[in-house]
Amino acid sequence: MTTMANTQIREDLDIGLQPRTIDMAWTELRDLNSTLQAQTGGEWVIENPRGAHALAVGLQAPLEVTIKGSTGYYCAGMNKEAHVHVTGSVGPGVAENMISGSVTVEGDASQYAGATGHGGLLVIKGNASSRCGISMKGIDIVVHGNIGHMSAFMAQSGNLVVLGDAGDALGDSLYEARLFVRGKVKSLGADCIEKEMRPEHLEILADLLKRAGADADPSEFRRYGSARKLYNFHVDHAGDY
Amino acid sequence: MCGIVGLFLKKDDLRPQLGDLLTDMLISMTDRGPDSAGIAIYGDDSQGLKMTIQSDTPDETFAGLEDNLNALLGAPVQVRVVDTHAVLALPEGSEAEVRAYMAEKGIRIMGAGQSMEIFKEVGLPKDVAARFGIRQMGGSHGIGHTRMATESAVTTLGAHPFSTDGDQCLVHNGSLSNHNRVRRELARKGFVPQTQNDTEVAACYISSRLAEGANLGEALEGTLEDLDGFFTFVVGTKNGFGVVRDPIACKPAVMAETDSYVAFGSEYRAFANLPGIENARIWEPEPATVYFWER
Repeated sequence: MTTMANTQIREDLDIGLQPRTIDMAWTELRDLNSTLQAQTGGEWVIENPRGAHALAVGLQAPLEVTIKGSTGYYCAGMNKEAHVHVTGSVGPGVAENMISGSVTVEGDASQYAGATGHGGLLVIKGNASSRCGISMKGIDIVVHGNIGHMSAFMAQSGNLVVLGDAGDALGDSLYEARLFVRGKVKSLGADCIEKEMRPEHLEILADLLKRAGADADPSEFRRYGSARKLYNFHVDHAGDY
Repeated sequence: MCGIVGLFLKKDDLRPQLGDLLTDMLISMTDRGPDSAGIAIYGDDSQGLKMTIQSDTPDETFAGLEDNLNALLGAPVQVRVVDTHAVLALPEGSEAEVRAYMAEKGIRIMGAGQSMEIFKEVGLPKDVAARFGIRQMGGSHGIGHTRMATESAVTTLGAHPFSTDGDQCLVHNGSLSNHNRVRRELARKGFVPQTQNDTEVAACYISSRLAEGANLGEALEGTLEDLDGFFTFVVGTKNGFGVVRDPIACKPAVMAETDSYVAFGSEYRAFANLPGIENARIWEPEPATVYFWER
């Protein structure tokens, strides 16, 4: 079925202007996502997101997408290669399961930002709330503000950088992700400990801060990681769970 | 799921638009709960007492009600029928007598107070709002809820907001796990929930704490100690508006504040039509943290 909105998008594409603009005031969500998913590149501007869910998901090519405003759940989910920039705030599950590319949010992010991400860079310029980077599997996340409780729960790989403070139970049941926090950590989760900041960590951190546009000195951060006591069940550690 | 919206005006200029803004907010949350919808709206103070009542057979129930109440109280009473609801303007000091009359006649009381009116029914937000003409209502603050029922029946009385004392109302997204024990404790203190609904227990809890002399902030703080389960509560009082989330905070919440208003939504979508939202301060309320505003 070709909707009026879809026809309008096609007409806009035919003009060949860059960036191309899609106005969500009259575009169906599926038309937006199927149009973007069909592209191999180009600059795109999405106007009037009005908190809509699942905007710009499943992109698989190096598009440059700017969403002008605030979004709802699952913005830029399953991203591969694309660079998505949100000028407002995002709801729960931004950049969930990202493979590569980048997602940048100028405002705040709600729960489980960057959950299960395998790669790419997620930058939150405001605060991220609870469960940021839960089960991260290789993604890099840089939060300019604070993060909420249970962040990096069961994180397996990748880097979580926080310029502000972290909430309760940071890195609970952590595997091999690296957590860098400049501010206060309210409490560490089970099996998460502070670790020595070695030169290679300062190097990783400096690179991430630079790529995330964060003006911060790597030496001001502390590193947290797994004590590796909970990888396999051992009766002596039963009390740590 | 369930969807919550709330709007507390800090200035008078938006007062005539309160019902219109709240209606748009509530309709935007329809996807979060299709079972029932309701709204509590705080309008102009009445001289005496306002009481909102409901009947499934309004034509029969409300016919002659004004005359009967006039005769009962020996004072002029006004009855404004709005679909299945009626808002009564009653003389001060008549509440106990009128409550007894309603109980005898089997008429449901949605709420009472000096400024609050409550309208709630089974159905979608757009239909409920249209039936009660919510868009045409003005006021200082209001709270709306659209319900996805999880633990008690889809009925008018199971719809939110719940009002358990004068000019007080509460809406809830979540589910409480210790409501039966708290229900028994509240009943002993004289705050007897009328339904089996968990949310009504929370409303009674707030009412009991306010009656004991707590302020709105202290009453909300108490929910973190005494109620177990998942909750985002939004509470209205005659002059106040409060928000609290449980420490796990898995039920979504977002707030917006400008010079003119404070707004609450389960999702940002609820704010899309608010004036000046593009320049509002937007934030997610912290877990186990009480927020309240009073005028």
